[in-house]
Amino acid sequence: MKNLDPLQLYTDMLRIRFVEETISQEYSKQEMRCPVHLSIGQEAIPVGVSSRLTISDQIVSAHRSHAHYLAKGCDLKKMISELFGKVDGCCRGKGGSMHLFDLEAGQIAAVPIVGSSIPIGIGVALGLKRQKKPGIVVIYLGEGATEEGVFSESLDFAKLQNLPVLFVCENNLYSVYTPLGSRQDSKRSIIDIAKAHGIPAISGDGNDVIEVQKLTSNAIIEINTHSTPFLLELSTYRWLEHCGPNFDDHLKYRQDGELSNWMERCPIKKLKLHLEKNHLINNRIENKIIEKIKLEISEAFEYARKSSFPDPTELFLHVYAPREIE
Amino acid sequence: MSRELSYAEAILEATDQALHEDSKVMLLGLGVPDPKGIFGTTLGLQEKYGEDRVFDTPTAENGVTGVAIGAALTGMRPIITHQRVEFSLLGIEQLINQAAKWFYMTGGKASVPLVVRSIIGRGWGQGPQHSQSLESWFAHVPGLKVIMPSNPYDAKGLLTAAVRDNNPVVMLEHRWLHNTFGPVPEGNYEIEIGKAKIAQKGDDITIVSYSYMMVEALRCASILAKCGINAEVIDLRSIRPLDESTILKSVSKTGRLLTIDNGWSKYGIGSEIVSLVAEKRLKFLKSPPIRVGPKDVPIPSTRALANLVYPSTYEILKSVEKSLGKELLGMNWDNLPKVEDTPDKTFQGPF
Repeated sequence: MKNLDPLQLYTDMLRIRFVEETISQEYSKQEMRCPVHLSIGQEAIPVGVSSRLTISDQIVSAHRSHAHYLAKGCDLKKMISELFGKVDGCCRGKGGSMHLFDLEAGQIAAVPIVGSSIPIGIGVALGLKRQKKPGIVVIYLGEGATEEGVFSESLDFAKLQNLPVLFVCENNLYSVYTPLGSRQDSKRSIIDIAKAHGIPAISGDGNDVIEVQKLTSNAIIEINTHSTPFLLELSTYRWLEHCGPNFDDHLKYRQDGELSNWMERCPIKKLKLHLEKNHLINNRIENKIIEKIKLEISEAFEYARKSSFPDPTELFLHVYAPREIE
Repeated sequence: MSRELSYAEAILEATDQALHEDSKVMLLGLGVPDPKGIFGTTLGLQEKYGEDRVFDTPTAENGVTGVAIGAALTGMRPIITHQRVEFSLLGIEQLINQAAKWFYMTGGKASVPLVVRSIIGRGWGQGPQHSQSLESWFAHVPGLKVIMPSNPYDAKGLLTAAVRDNNPVVMLEHRWLHNTFGPVPEGNYEIEIGKAKIAQKGDDITIVSYSYMMVEALRCASILAKCGINAEVIDLRSIRPLDESTILKSVSKTGRLLTIDNGWSKYGIGSEIVSLVAEKRLKFLKSPPIRVGPKDVPIPSTRALANLVYPSTYEILKSVEKSLGKELLGMNWDNLPKVEDTPDKTFQGPF
């Protein structure tokens, strides 16, 4: 949620990193029996973006949604319980890792069909605008989603209706194992595609949380003052395998040294250097932060473990919505 | 004397009243405010309710379906239109993966109240990609509701119920029904989704049909009556949920079943009904059930071939004869209506 304190940005990124690392470490216990798309290495974008959002702003996400969800202030216990398939999960165990949402905190949707979340986000913005409700909609998408036809359809619709939408394209260079070069011509520019639809767009370093924050601030000003959608393309990199808890560099689909270069550009490390230079952090402060995060995470896992599986009667529940919803 | 409206006018009136009744209702789709107004079903609504609520869209069915779902998640009640059901297939990912699953996969926390109106073509050479009746695609999916009214009264009542429903509802309208007339009350009213109607009572055979094929079913029933055969004709009205009890009750009484599908019989609605009866009322059956439907081929353009695709009055009556196991007495087989490529003589094409 809205904050300008770099130490808070650091805390938020570290929290996401530790949650993802804990999932990775605990995954082999086979309690979390659902696909997980971890966000390690990509923490700066959601944290930088969400630091400029308010509670009435909505986000929609895709398959790699843990970081988006956590950065927006959504409930960690409900997330871990969902991964465990428990009834206290955000979807009562019916959605899994790929359908995280929290209506109170403003994550209205996450869907793993690449590109499909984009028009849904546009529709959310349309609904808010028609009902004169405050807020913008952030649509997180990967560069792979820009290859889907519905990306262009959505850009067109958003501009045509001048909707308050911020497209945040996280370009992490891979769609599963397929590199960008095998999917997009070297001259293809996502920024130019947005601009060709009349939508202002700018690119930036997605591993620099301060830069992400500034770009987001400027984009939101543009959205609100000119009643226009806006697109940010932010470069970043996923450290682990596309889906699952492990490193997968041995598969050799990435170039030699590519992963280690990006690990050098770790967004958390980068901000820490900045904090140290400005004397905003020391060991004592950092240890306190880490201690608090670890406690929160262990409580969330304990909560998930203690939560029940849904009762068998839940199988037939919620296929159709009744006329009156609570 | 009760007021008569065309099927298209009944849809227009239902939409008008829905927009009037609830400010969250919106209507969007390619051509909604154009001079033809989706075969007359949306005429004048933009003038009346404004461009914010009734509006044209890009030619982007996938995107538009997603947009409607997103708007529904904020509390809007969108109605989207497709001038042919084939165009809706561009948005089927959104409908099947997203809309149909939403209430379930959010553990009952968010639903998608959405109406998708699609039109089934037939005749005048529309051919393989403008004449398909794809109800079984949609009906296969838990989470969707599918309605296929056969007359103006049902069209208004079912559409009204669909807009008020909190689930995604697919309404399939047969193009040949738009210009048919029938009594329609002026006020708004609902027909419960999932309830079939006994269109004609009888004891000798159960005929189950829906949408345009109800016109054929009722025509055959009146011919049968002249031969002393009293058919019970069930108009499904809703394909999903299916009104199982009305079907089972009727078959228990008649012991004979004929289904007349609007789409292909294989893997079709008739197949579902025959399965239902086989599972639950097999002992009541006096003869094997029969499915009639369009031939198992893509629909060709030329009327020389397309007219062979659709079930004829002759074919339906012969199927009844087979089911009854006896000849229809007094039947003049030479004088039956032939399959045409237009709904009536006034139809001059091209749609």
